[in-house]
Amino acid sequence: MTAATPSRSRDLDKLLLRPGHLVGPNFEPGPELREDIKEYVKVLVVGAGGLGCELLKDLALSGFRNLDVIDMDRIEVTNLNRQFLFRLEDVGKPKAEVAAKRVMERVGGVNIMSHFCRIEDKPLDFYSDFSIIVLGLDSIEARSYINAVACSFLEYDTDDNPREETVKPMVDGGTEGFKGHARIIMPGTTPCFECTIWLFPPQVKFPLCTLAETPRTAAHCIEYAHLIKWDEVHSGKTFDPDNPEHMQWVYSEAVKRAELFGIPGVTYSLTQGVVKNIIPAIASTNAIISAACALETLKIISGCSRTLTNYLTYNGVEGLHTKVTEFVRDRECLVCGPGVLIELDTSITLRKFIDLLEGHPGLLLSRVSVTHRGKNLYMQAPPVLEEMTRSNLDVPLFDLMDKIPKDIVHVNGMAGKGDKKQSCLRKLRVVFNGIDGVTDVDMAGGA
Amino acid sequence: MAEPKTKYDRQLRIWGEQGQEALEKSSICLLNCGPTGSETLKNLVLGGVGSVTVVDGSKLELGDLGNNFMVDESSVGQSKAKTVCAFLQELNDAVKAKFIEEHPEALIESNPSFFSQFTLVVATQLVEDSMVKLDKICRDANVMLIFARSYGLTGFVRISVKEHAVIESKPDHFLDDLRLNNPWPELRRFAETIDLDVADPVVHKHTPYVIILIKMAEEWAKSHGGTLPSTREDKKEFKDLIKARMIASDEDNYKEAMEASFKVFAPRGISPSLQQIINDSSSEVNSNSSEFWVMVAALKEFIANEGGGEVPLEGSIPDMTSSTELYVTLQKIYQAKAETDFLAMEQRVKKILKRIGRDPDSISKANIKSFCKNARKVKVCRYRLIEDEFNSPVQPELQKYLTDEDYSVAVGFYILLRSADRYAANYNSFPGQFDGEMDEDISRLKTIAVALLGDLGCNGSTLTEDLINEMCRYGAAELHAVAAFVGGIASQEVIKLITKQFVPMCGTFIFNGIDHKSQLLSL
Ligand SMILES: [Zn+2]
Repeated sequence: MTAATPSRSRDLDKLLLRPGHLVGPNFEPGPELREDIKEYVKVLVVGAGGLGCELLKDLALSGFRNLDVIDMDRIEVTNLNRQFLFRLEDVGKPKAEVAAKRVMERVGGVNIMSHFCRIEDKPLDFYSDFSIIVLGLDSIEARSYINAVACSFLEYDTDDNPREETVKPMVDGGTEGFKGHARIIMPGTTPCFECTIWLFPPQVKFPLCTLAETPRTAAHCIEYAHLIKWDEVHSGKTFDPDNPEHMQWVYSEAVKRAELFGIPGVTYSLTQGVVKNIIPAIASTNAIISAACALETLKIISGCSRTLTNYLTYNGVEGLHTKVTEFVRDRECLVCGPGVLIELDTSITLRKFIDLLEGHPGLLLSRVSVTHRGKNLYMQAPPVLEEMTRSNLDVPLFDLMDKIPKDIVHVNGMAGKGDKKQSCLRKLRVVFNGIDGVTDVDMAGGA
Repeated sequence: MAEPKTKYDRQLRIWGEQGQEALEKSSICLLNCGPTGSETLKNLVLGGVGSVTVVDGSKLELGDLGNNFMVDESSVGQSKAKTVCAFLQELNDAVKAKFIEEHPEALIESNPSFFSQFTLVVATQLVEDSMVKLDKICRDANVMLIFARSYGLTGFVRISVKEHAVIESKPDHFLDDLRLNNPWPELRRFAETIDLDVADPVVHKHTPYVIILIKMAEEWAKSHGGTLPSTREDKKEFKDLIKARMIASDEDNYKEAMEASFKVFAPRGISPSLQQIINDSSSEVNSNSSEFWVMVAALKEFIANEGGGEVPLEGSIPDMTSSTELYVTLQKIYQAKAETDFLAMEQRVKKILKRIGRDPDSISKANIKSFCKNARKVKVCRYRLIEDEFNSPVQPELQKYLTDEDYSVAVGFYILLRSADRYAANYNSFPGQFDGEMDEDISRLKTIAVALLGDLGCNGSTLTEDLINEMCRYGAAELHAVAAFVGGIASQEVIKLITKQFVPMCGTFIFNGIDHKSQLLSL
């Protein structure tokens, strides 16, 4: 037996350098694998909160050297019980920046780029640059957006199999109290976030008539003050949940209403919880779920072990329950499928094309921006870009797409109706009629 | 100063001020501060435990930088315990962080009384021999103990406490205590004052479902010789009868009544798991009995007497479609009954305390109240001595795991983790710990595993070659992500034990980092 020479990767080397039987199909153990991970693999961590802080640490200590983190939030006092990279004196600073700095200070050789902005602010190119995207988010909308971005890169070959080089893997985690989930998404192979959107039922709101006429619980009194009374009294002034004076006002109004109806239980803490829809969060669950996500990331990238297929649920409320479920893809999924087929005449202008998308029953898009192969054809924002691309509106799309008879176009916009609109990204397969080389069989493939 | 409370806001919403207070009073000892131990403590320090004491005798090596976030380059060659302790202190200045530069194994041998000063000991990365010794020490000193270990893509967490009783088990889904199958006289009388067939449609759609069901159950009983719906046909008919009383399709209260109709058919009385606790020999209390068992003894009497087969009423009702007035009145009726039941329980607790020669007021009103409110949900967890499990695991369970596909990898890891310790005792290193001669290590580990299975009475059973190979490949590596997972679970269980809220896991949790089909083994 030879004693190993001292090395930082003493423990990780056992997995990356030694062959195994229960490993991924493309596992090639050896020092090259370790060095390739260091040098060439780029991981994006979305979110620098409870999960994000843990993920950055876990990934930095799992052999990854090139990490990016994106988060639009600033540090708050209530983060400190679990977001262990932040200190009291950091309150008010951007999460992404502080988290990146703290991890780089402690883990030698790791390079973390921080992005203090909204995920929608980054162009598609930004996301296409990463080998894998790890999500540590608490919002369904944000998950849905990143999922659409990652799936937008996916292309299928003529046999309807995903083309490997276009697959952008994702690992997603989520927690609530003692419960959580971790999943891996291989677009085109395992279900994407949208395929299993039913796993995240929308939050039930109280009917306004209950709040106004028959309040019964403390939460009803609070929501009355927040959603009805505020507007009655403060005409035009929007309620700001982060303004303590606003919160105090809602609280005292809720107390008055509760007294009027003889309803117990209104407290300041509950008022905050109801108004801000606070999800309880603890360090241990975040640590567990992030660790599972980081481990799966390492396994997907290196092949050093088989992976989770494909969804892990975790519950530590009563004893300890873990469950692995193999969900299946929705073949009809608009997001991870081959893309919505749009057939056009070559004379259709970009403006006409955009109008068409707004009326398309499967898309219902408004405020549409269009990109083709990384080139902005029309951008709604920022104003500079809008002005630069405006002249394209009256040019036929066929010409803007360099007369390619059939290609993928990405459109960005708001989807949905009324107040349920959210920003989204859709992949379209645009086919021009009457051009040689396009056969009926081709078009039938994605209908 | 408002800051500490705000800092803990998100966890106070889970375990409340009482849970937080228990954490702040606790003192935790950590043995070995590799990544598994460090990550466990990190989560506890963030949560605000009172004090932590890190025990580790090793010096920081270069390799430690690759798997532990709580150490840094400038400390290589220095005490690992000191370095980890300094970082932990940085996380939360409300916590007292101390360290002792000594090997845990030495401390276990030379100074067993050291451990009695702690609320709980987290022992990480110990081998079997030390685990067994520490377990006895802690059991005798009445100190709670959790073992945690990370090993390649596997690991385990095991609690060892003689007995842990939980009043506030806070289950996710638990049936509301409404007594629709057995309403008490005041509730029945209130229901009688309400007319379901009221003409005013606004009043009709604001009659709470609790009233609808009580009245309809009574009507049913009158026409069915005093019985409630029991057969499938009965239940369907009962639902149809509810539906027939609707006067408009938008009456949410009637829809709620149909959905909740099963509460009328639910069996009366207490659950089998509560019955088991009441029948436990500990409920025959004496002067040394814990508060919990004194209250169980009182509960037993209550159920047999004024409870009429039921536990004290919980006293709260869920939100339901209703006018404010009816809802608030209903709420008060439930609260009043809960208060009456509590007073009866309090008298019984006092009498029992007196009988066993203790101060009749020694159990606080608040504790009795909490017990009454949670009486249906109380839990008792007991843990075998680790030595007993090691020498004589529960045979039927072990046999089941070895043949059940869902458990085969987890139980395989369990056997191999123990085999690795035997291996280390024989050869002074873990299988595959050093490069070279892997084949020899594999065959040695296999021989040991087969012998261990034989010792455990499972002669015919085998482990797959793949898993044995895998175990040797791991070479006792402590991977950060695995350590963070295992440490995360250990810290969660610490919190449950200290706050006495939620239900800690029973058995040995085996982490399966290959496909995440981890399992709890009850051996
Ligand atoms: Zn999909």
